Amino acid sequence: MDPLLSQLFAGLSVGSVLLLAALGLALTFGQMGVINMAHGEFMMAGAYTAFVVQLVVADAGLSLMMSLGIGFLVGGLLGLLLEATLLSRMYHRPLDTLLVTWGVALILQQVARDVFGAPNVDVRAPEWLSGAVTLLGVQVPKTRLFILLVAVVCVAALSIVLKQTPLGRRIRATVTNRDLAETSGISTRATDRLTFFIGSGIAGVAGVVLTLLGSIGPTLGRNYIVDAFLVVVAGGIGQLKGAVIAAFALGISQALIEFSTTASIAKVAVFVAVVVFLQFRPQGIVSVRTRSLA
Amino acid sequence: MSAVTSPVARTWAALTTGRGRTALGFAVAALALFVVAPATLSDFRLNLLAKFLCLAMVAVGIGLAWGQGGMLTLGQGVFFGLGGYAMAMHLKLADAGPGGVPDFMLLYGDGVVPGWWEPFRSPVFTLVMVVALPVLVATLLGLAVFTRRVRGAYFAILSQVLAAAFAILLVGQQKVTGGTNGLNGFRSFFGYDLNDPVNKRMLYFIAAGVLLAMVLLVRALMRSRFGELLVAVRDQENRVRFLGYDPAIVKVVAYAVAAAFAGIGGALFVPIVGIISPADVGVVPSIGFLVGVAIGGRATLLGPVLGAIGVAWAQTTLSESFPSAWTYAQGALFIVVVAFLPGGIASLGHLWRRRRGRPDAHQTASPAPQVGLDPGATGAVVDPRPTGPRDPATVGRTS
Repeated sequence: MDPLLSQLFAGLSVGSVLLLAALGLALTFGQMGVINMAHGEFMMAGAYTAFVVQLVVADAGLSLMMSLGIGFLVGGLLGLLLEATLLSRMYHRPLDTLLVTWGVALILQQVARDVFGAPNVDVRAPEWLSGAVTLLGVQVPKTRLFILLVAVVCVAALSIVLKQTPLGRRIRATVTNRDLAETSGISTRATDRLTFFIGSGIAGVAGVVLTLLGSIGPTLGRNYIVDAFLVVVAGGIGQLKGAVIAAFALGISQALIEFSTTASIAKVAVFVAVVVFLQFRPQGIVSVRTRSLA
Repeated sequence: MSAVTSPVARTWAALTTGRGRTALGFAVAALALFVVAPATLSDFRLNLLAKFLCLAMVAVGIGLAWGQGGMLTLGQGVFFGLGGYAMAMHLKLADAGPGGVPDFMLLYGDGVVPGWWEPFRSPVFTLVMVVALPVLVATLLGLAVFTRRVRGAYFAILSQVLAAAFAILLVGQQKVTGGTNGLNGFRSFFGYDLNDPVNKRMLYFIAAGVLLAMVLLVRALMRSRFGELLVAVRDQENRVRFLGYDPAIVKVVAYAVAAAFAGIGGALFVPIVGIISPADVGVVPSIGFLVGVAIGGRATLLGPVLGAIGVAWAQTTLSESFPSAWTYAQGALFIVVVAFLPGGIASLGHLWRRRRGRPDAHQTASPAPQVGLDPGATGAVVDPRPTGPRDPATVGRTS
């Protein structure tokens, strides 16, 4: 078994988790400039949704499938609530949204701690996801493959929505030129709200699949939010392509550096690499051309 | 205030406007710190206040970088930690004696002091590093980010990732950094016994003096040409660029000063509190520094100091008795202050005067906070309206 190849698969797996966490962020940050620190807590809400659904539906496979849908709704509705109550009045101060949503994140974490208790809880994975399959001589856990599959499905669904539907056209128009979109009769506010619903919903889905990787706790989201934002920064905003490339690039390089050093050194190395990369492409890997000065 | 006639009223007006108000506030702060607090507080409470003063030093720096410069820095914990760990390394080595090995290295590692620890045996080298290390890191990151015109939100995220990476590095390298436990159990501070209450009081006075010096330095900076440029960069970076200045240099200098303040705060935090660990420097404490600044008024001189001390005091009091209530309170503070009162408590006066319809004599004394007219982030065109002095209280409701 080739150790390099197995690290590569580990990187793909880390990348797919990063991608699921970052996808919604790339969408909302790209369109509205809102930095939603509570995005991680929407993931946490999705994870606890899976936990609650499993309490009701005993069959692990059925509950996982149901949780994917319900998790999307829970995350999306939380996002909608946040957008309607707080963020909608702060679009002219994008930097301040970071602090406000951090406050929301703190409160959501404490709510989870008070409702579900501080200790981590477990969600049972279904039978058909236990064990591993052998690919190219490398043992890959089935749960990891499932997460990769969910990530691929999410990206595919999102790109179909963005490219083929009227909603997607409205979203792309708003990202490219908000004023012109508004002038052309698009309600950018309604579009913002729907984008936020979808973006937060994907966070909920991400939370559901994270339950397959281990036990979940109130600080689940906090562990992913920083890396997810790094993906958005490196990937550039406005297009899904950037987030996809950046997530897998970061995941794989993290896994490869980790292989020769330690996890903590790899973390620092990846950060330095992103800062250096931004020297050459300050707008990230992919960016939509705008006519702004910055 | 033309209607003012009586001498008392005139004196009051002079004291409560602009320059006079700052001097008055400064005098009151000095009196409270050097006379009232030591005379009334017990040794335990005084030491607690000394700890808050260290946190306030970080806040002064954030006030400069964020309030005046518009750079939302979410990684001040890194600089706090660099200063703190530099000092802690020296104290550990000094406790171990010449050629000695700090106790935790015998516990976790192979009992050999690594080469890069050795220079910290020298007190002078340590004191230089307390300032030099944060300034170096801030300058490198600042140059890398600002000269390439990486946008405001990107900078905030990168500074936050820096904090995350730093904390992970500290935890991961347990043999040389003490890991999750951090560095603790110091016995002496440059030869002074740390168990002696008199020396603890001395540390308090050092912290109070350093904090006041920092406030004075920021005041001098903000009254200089540099201060004018910094505010101009915050409000209209491109106009400053078109006028022939380099906004990146202005930002880097402000960021480096903020980093130096945080480093000094961390260095004093170590002997006062007796421990520094990754829990003091990571993502969460780094954002925690901001709440006090936001409450006190990010773009004012004394607001960040008072806000930081107030928040730290509330945290200590509340979290002792109701740990979960404090988290709710902190979250609510972030939401309420930033969303509805972006100028902080300091802007309540403006708000009140506006309600009463009085002319606001010292509106220009406190510049508006970062208004977020970041053309790139929203894809919007640059606001064509003339940007005069803005009232922080109206920022949340206009445009």
